[in-house]
Amino acid sequence: MNIHEYQAKELFAKYNVPTLRGHIAFTPDEAVKAAQELGGNIWVVKAQIHAGGRGLGGGVKLARSSGEVREVAQQIIGMNLVTHQTGPEGKMVQKVYVEEGADIKKEYYLGILLDRALEMPIMMASTEGGMAIEDVAHNTPEKIIKVAIDPVTGFQGFHGRKLAFGLELPKEEVNTFIKFAAALYNVYMDYDSEMIEINPLVKTGDGRFLALDAKMGFDNNALYRQEHIHEMRDLSEEEPTEVEAGKSDLSYIKLDGNVGCMVNGAGLAMGTMDTINYEGGKPANFLDVGGSANATTVAKGFEIILKDPNVKAIFVNIFGGIVRCDRVANGIIEATKLTNVNVPVIVRLDGTNAIEAAEILRNAGIKNIIAATDLADGAKKAVAAAKGE
Amino acid sequence: MSILVNKDTKVIVQGFTGKEGSFHAEQCIAYGTKIVGGVTPGKGGQEHLGLPVFNTVADAVAATGATVSMIFVPPAFVSDAVMEAADAGVTMAVIITEGAPVKDMMYAKAYAVKKNMMTIGPNCPGIITADECKIGIMPGFIFKKGSIGLISKSGTLTYESANQVVKEGFGITTAVGIGGDPIIGLSYKQLLPMFEADPETKAIVMIGEIGGDLEIQAAAYIKEHVTKPVVAFIAGQTAPEGKRMGHAGAIISGGAGTAAEKMAALTAAGVTVVVSPADIGKAVAQVMAKLATK
Repeated sequence: MNIHEYQAKELFAKYNVPTLRGHIAFTPDEAVKAAQELGGNIWVVKAQIHAGGRGLGGGVKLARSSGEVREVAQQIIGMNLVTHQTGPEGKMVQKVYVEEGADIKKEYYLGILLDRALEMPIMMASTEGGMAIEDVAHNTPEKIIKVAIDPVTGFQGFHGRKLAFGLELPKEEVNTFIKFAAALYNVYMDYDSEMIEINPLVKTGDGRFLALDAKMGFDNNALYRQEHIHEMRDLSEEEPTEVEAGKSDLSYIKLDGNVGCMVNGAGLAMGTMDTINYEGGKPANFLDVGGSANATTVAKGFEIILKDPNVKAIFVNIFGGIVRCDRVANGIIEATKLTNVNVPVIVRLDGTNAIEAAEILRNAGIKNIIAATDLADGAKKAVAAAKGE
Repeated sequence: MSILVNKDTKVIVQGFTGKEGSFHAEQCIAYGTKIVGGVTPGKGGQEHLGLPVFNTVADAVAATGATVSMIFVPPAFVSDAVMEAADAGVTMAVIITEGAPVKDMMYAKAYAVKKNMMTIGPNCPGIITADECKIGIMPGFIFKKGSIGLISKSGTLTYESANQVVKEGFGITTAVGIGGDPIIGLSYKQLLPMFEADPETKAIVMIGEIGGDLEIQAAAYIKEHVTKPVVAFIAGQTAPEGKRMGHAGAIISGGAGTAAEKMAALTAAGVTVVVSPADIGKAVAQVMAKLATK
């Protein structure tokens, strides 16, 4: 789960990770009010969407008067913001964060994420602030300094010194930076974060470090004990069909092909997409219906897949282990009665009681259900059906 | 022969009397696994499925001599259960539970390593040595005894692959579902040498997926140390970047962890990499035919 910049900065503030003061605004009027409350004579109005690259897309603007704040807020709120992370369809901006201005002397990058190979968090810093860190890692990897932090002992002074001296900070700034990094590590651990990215981290003219931007992602498995974070979830930032699927405990991801997929198990679901691709088709989605695959979940699966108008055929690929195929077959028949399935459905059931299942499907005599014998056969038939063959 | 577990392995179940624990313990017993008891705090002294229930893992180990624990406790209690098993001297914990927080696993894994306890999972189907011992939730009948070792991040792809291998006339020595979470226990790199050393295993199937770099590490290991033929499939060639594909660890981030880079590394290490998972069985038949002519 991800949160907005302004929400991440709320969490930072609680842990004394320095940020600039700011207020959230849903209308230009609120933006002006926010600027007046903040005082000063320069403000930054920033679109709040779950994607990076907002500045380049025109979603972050400077304002030097109340009039200008109103003007830029009017431009940004309601705009369809396209960045390299939103995809070409972009995202509708519903709110802006109005922040006080700062005297920026230099920009850095600071981030924390899990290193899966080391099985511990790593903190990364770079002098190349404000740039996409993936590009820095690719083009000039020597400009990224990394420290692995053993969670048992936590963040130590030497971690901070390695980063600070690596960034070539003058010695009078080293301790300020270490305090910043140590506080950020606590934010990461205490909230079960998956990732924190501050890009840029800025140094001001008077030698302070501030999180100018903030991006945070969280471990979904830990949300049960992070109520405060869970409440920050903004469903309008997520694909509506994926949210709906999630409510029924189905894991669905929309893709841009025309062969719908319904599979049990995440690995086989990916494998099914790959097989469709291999057979010359394009998968319309990832969908894991989980272990049970009963009439209700299958019906819900059909309903969700068919919300996508591109879908021309559906490949149901179930490997029955503990779940018996005859039950799944009955579930599929039941599901076609519950939902209006108007495209060919190719069904491959293998595993426990597969023969009985094939018999059940054949006897049901539903004309748009096509039986497949194995994975390759099913994928071929689904690709052909989607092409109208 | 086989790896890690066999007909003599004594197993206890943590979360024994719960719904999942009960159901699967019963299935394991029916398969022939030597389940010797279970742990449910507060229910010590009772009997369940005709076996003793203990309050603590230490009690269970002392009374039964169990060396392996199969863990079914709810996600919030997984790290506690794993550490309790490690503290009690269990040599391997098989963690079936899905949904354990990453931070918890970071601590639990570090503790298990310190206590010399191997872990499998979490979020995995478990481990099975054909016709001898099933510790997990996989449908046992698919795994006919044979000479192929299997390592997989995915449950249903394990079943799919085993099924294809059997349809081609071969069978399985041991199959290990290692799980698809960001932090897992035994991985390819630890399991490959065990299969390499197992005289009954003639070839190895490894199923990977997008996210992380365990498959890349495996490729490096295979290149240097594995003489037996390896067939591999990497799921998620068509997965978009930045989207979590069901498994917590199955995500391409910052352009890293793609199927393409893993397939390239494995191919370069001499592994037979199939593009379609439907070809796993056929590829096994081919490498076995080649072995037969040697």
